[in-house]
Amino acid sequence: MIRVTNIHKSFGDLHVLKGIDATFMEGKTNLIIGKSGSGKTVFLKCLLGIHDIDEGDVDFDGRLISQMSIEDRRKLRLELGMVFQGSALFDSLTVEENVSFPLRMFTKKSAKEIAERTNFCLNRVNIENANHLFPAEISGGMQKRVAIARAIVMNPRYLFCDEPNSGLDPKTAMVIDELIQEITQEFNITTVINTHDMNSVLQIGDHVNFLVGGKKIWEGSKEDVLHTDNQELADFVFSSELFKKVRRAARSE
Amino acid sequence: MFIKRILEDIGRYFILMKLVFRRPDNYRMYWDAFVRDLYNLGVKSLGLVAIISLFVGAVVTIQTALNLENPIIPKYYIAIATRESIILEFSPTMISLILAGKVGSNIASTLGTMRVSEQIEALEVMGVKSASFLIMPKIAACVIFNPILIIISMFLGIVGGYIFGTSTGMITGTDFIKGLQMDYTPFYIAYALIKTVVFAFVITSISAYYGFFVKGGAIEVGENSTKAVVASSLVLILTNYLLTQLLLG
Ligand SMILES: Nc1ncnc2c1ncn2[C@@H]1O[C@H](COP(=O)(O)OP(=O)(O)OP(=O)(O)O)[C@@H](O)[C@H]1O
Ligand SMILES: [Mg+2]
Repeated sequence: MIRVTNIHKSFGDLHVLKGIDATFMEGKTNLIIGKSGSGKTVFLKCLLGIHDIDEGDVDFDGRLISQMSIEDRRKLRLELGMVFQGSALFDSLTVEENVSFPLRMFTKKSAKEIAERTNFCLNRVNIENANHLFPAEISGGMQKRVAIARAIVMNPRYLFCDEPNSGLDPKTAMVIDELIQEITQEFNITTVINTHDMNSVLQIGDHVNFLVGGKKIWEGSKEDVLHTDNQELADFVFSSELFKKVRRAARSE
Repeated sequence: MFIKRILEDIGRYFILMKLVFRRPDNYRMYWDAFVRDLYNLGVKSLGLVAIISLFVGAVVTIQTALNLENPIIPKYYIAIATRESIILEFSPTMISLILAGKVGSNIASTLGTMRVSEQIEALEVMGVKSASFLIMPKIAACVIFNPILIIISMFLGIVGGYIFGTSTGMITGTDFIKGLQMDYTPFYIAYALIKTVVFAFVITSISAYYGFFVKGGAIEVGENSTKAVVASSLVLILTNYLLTQLLLG
């Protein structure tokens, strides 16, 4: 479980996060939704320790980020997996080398063990016969899946995904969403996902946090989203005609 | 304003260098990166260095010959002059400048692309000391391989001079060899190699600095690669002056 209390983050005069509280449960896909520029990526990077937070605290199962030494933080990082908005695969390394990278860097496993674990993770995300291709040689959807494989290769306790299905067709986007949800449940990971894709919200929104202008103004499950009376959330989620219909149907049930 | 920017750059450069020279987490991975960089930054420059050295060696010989068309001055002076200009300046300084363009833009654009596509953050999240892992092997590769390139360049420059000088009939082979062996100062080679090592460090570390801190996208990566080449060339020329004063002055 991750518990965030009152975090603030500014870049110079730009106050991006204005006191966010949130709780993310293990085995659940916790979503952060919000308009472009609302601070989702900055929020995730604060949790990951890429950005230092100005105020507030993050609690990783009883370990407070404010009380960690540099060494503690480095240890915590071995428990984190991250899928970046643009996949962020290392383009000079093959698919296989990308996935095995953390194992080679941080473990003393034998080449055979590393190959086994790498192939297990690649199979888990349904990538076959691509071990020796470079990221530039595979499709965007495959890159996302390889990025997921790389993120879970060290058996992380916490998984962060920044818009894991942006730029993908609806079908592939759904496959990626479902994959993340399955992995989360299977390995009991605390997963936090940024998205502005409404399909994802209604598909895998175990717990949804809604950010507006650097503040969390609403939280609830995907069912709660359908029945919300919060006007801002309704405007954001049900902006398209299709979703308006979905909502009406849900309410008349 | 301009001065402030330069001072800021210098400050951040030294902060980066402190991050670069940290103890590796995994020597094996650093070694692999080093070997890859040795190939990409060093071995791949061999062809360019070879061609430029051969022809510049030829031109230096021909120019010198044309300027020494005086019957009182012995022909073997052409070879002495060629040797000295190639060993002292052409190979260590000019070839390093060319490498600043080739290797410098390569390093800056590679690192810059990694930065804007979040690959550097991906390393950080994993807990990798990104500056050290990405930059230290590149610096090591060039500091070790550039002297080899420069020695090859010296050799080929002189060979070029010999081939073109003798084939145009400006100097005989015997005179050329005689000149090469006269008044030979071994320290000049040491001086050239010391310069090369310092230049290699200047080129790689400054280019890495410009690549590592790119903000933005593809356009900024391009801009910073240009800045990397300009800055490392300028610092190289300045260092050349200081080292010459220090070592030969
Ligand atoms: N490193 C940074 N330095 C300065 N400002 C930043 C930085 N990162 C983000 N910002 C600013 O913080 C604000 C929130 O950005 P953020 O990337 O978190 O938005 P987002 O919700 O992820 O948007 P999107 O959905 O488009 O990815 C923006 O105004 C952005 O310009
Ligand atoms: Mg974002």
